[in-house]
Amino acid sequence: MLRDITVGQYLPLSSPVHRMDPRFKLVASMLYIVSLFFINSFIGYGVVLAFLALTIAVSKIPYKYLLRGLKPVLMIIIFAFGINVFLTPGTELFRFGIIKITNEGVRQAFFMASRLILLIIGTSMLTLTTSPIELTDGLERLLNPFKKLGLPAHELAMMMTIALRFIPTLLEETDKIMKAQMARGADFESGNLIKRAKSLIPLLVPLFISAFRRADELAMAMEARCYRGGENRTRMKVLQFTHLDLIGVFVFILYWGGLIAVRMWTA
Amino acid sequence: MIQAKSVTYFYNEAEVTPALKELNIDIASGEFVVIIGHNGSGKSTFAKLCNGIMHPTEGIILIDGMDTSNYDQIWEIRKTAGMVFQNPDNQIVATVVEEDVAFGPENLGISPPEIRIRVDEALNSVGMYEHRRKPPHLLSGGQKQRIAIAGILAMKPKCIILDEPTAMLDPSGRKEVMETIRRLNKEEGITIVHITHFMDEAVHCDRVIVMEDGAKLLEGTPKTVFSKVEQLQGMGLDVPQVTLLAHQLREQGVDIPDDIITVEELVEELCPLL
Repeated sequence: MLRDITVGQYLPLSSPVHRMDPRFKLVASMLYIVSLFFINSFIGYGVVLAFLALTIAVSKIPYKYLLRGLKPVLMIIIFAFGINVFLTPGTELFRFGIIKITNEGVRQAFFMASRLILLIIGTSMLTLTTSPIELTDGLERLLNPFKKLGLPAHELAMMMTIALRFIPTLLEETDKIMKAQMARGADFESGNLIKRAKSLIPLLVPLFISAFRRADELAMAMEARCYRGGENRTRMKVLQFTHLDLIGVFVFILYWGGLIAVRMWTA
Repeated sequence: MIQAKSVTYFYNEAEVTPALKELNIDIASGEFVVIIGHNGSGKSTFAKLCNGIMHPTEGIILIDGMDTSNYDQIWEIRKTAGMVFQNPDNQIVATVVEEDVAFGPENLGISPPEIRIRVDEALNSVGMYEHRRKPPHLLSGGQKQRIAIAGILAMKPKCIILDEPTAMLDPSGRKEVMETIRRLNKEEGITIVHITHFMDEAVHCDRVIVMEDGAKLLEGTPKTVFSKVEQLQGMGLDVPQVTLLAHQLREQGVDIPDDIITVEELVEELCPLL
């Protein structure tokens, strides 16, 4: 059960999107987020939708995976929708008692909800098509130029790798400690919030102690394998910017071109 | 390969009893040495000193002629004498098997195509090549420990020091690891220093060193060491089960030699008597 959890939600398929350089995918995802806040009309969203549909089709990711990603944030989307519907001032559409719904409110609510949904689907495309190790690799290399400014790019990437590596190990351990405490009569499921939080203490203390012990041993093992930071370190896998990425860049420029055209046309 | 010359080690200055007392150990190239002893007998301390993780308080340790106290050579020493630790979970760094095996050579600054070759060789050598793309947490203990060994192999060491690599494994995992180590010693000529408290793992080695209270107590071929059944038992150490059985048969007046350490030997001795 806890063993099966995979981090991120990488879906290992073989598609051109999967094979693209993670550096390009990272930059494109960031610019994609920016583009969502650049849009000011529903026609703009049409362009985004077309772009997303194309990427999803090429990546072969099933739609149900993308919809599953929306589930945890559904409450936030509904909340944002509600706030906008009820609290935007403007011309009245209809009212029940003190609650007033306006034309602008409805428009704004749909606008915000679409933005959130597109944001989540778009960014989950990055994690679905890129393995965690490629992501950290890409991030490290993207941040490399900032090393001169004192940004510890290698250390950040190493921390992320180790965190990803130990999440399943620590989950398994949590499971084990929990069962051991339950066997001795600990109760994690009943009582109010405060009581439940308190019952987590006998779980967290041994977990933290073991995590520190693991960290100590891992540090020793890494040193024994000649680890001495990022200097003079090479990597087995070399990231390469291929013709696939060129096509990606081209499509992405078209996407932005479309967005700018729509904005100029609607203005 | 490894020379310890009257090595004394204190964990901290306030301590009265040293973890190691004037220890002299000389391990030749290509040898398979097993060090056995209780918890606190100093065997793990010795392993950490060999790798330059800690430095002797007195005396020197030479690895392939290099002094472990000399910081300039520390990386060369660690490359020459690789170390495998007890807990397989706490020595795997990366989220994919082959990336983890590549960690050592990457630290050494080797060129990417060469790393690829070394990683594939090392994984083949421990029989884990088909698992190269798996995340380590889905592997068994024995498999994880073999990955850890592959991670050291990819650095092309002359010697591997294994600090109780089988202590946390189940019997089948122990067998996998032992077979791997033995093969590396026989076929690739890598010097092996295997630290353990399982006596039956010492049967097939070239030399056994028994440690007690930071000093060397017994030393010799498995046959000479395990023939001292009473002395070992007096220290609270076990002997391999077959040796114990042979010893008890001898005490009952059965005419068999006192240096039996494998089942096959005992069978060979007993059959003519029946």
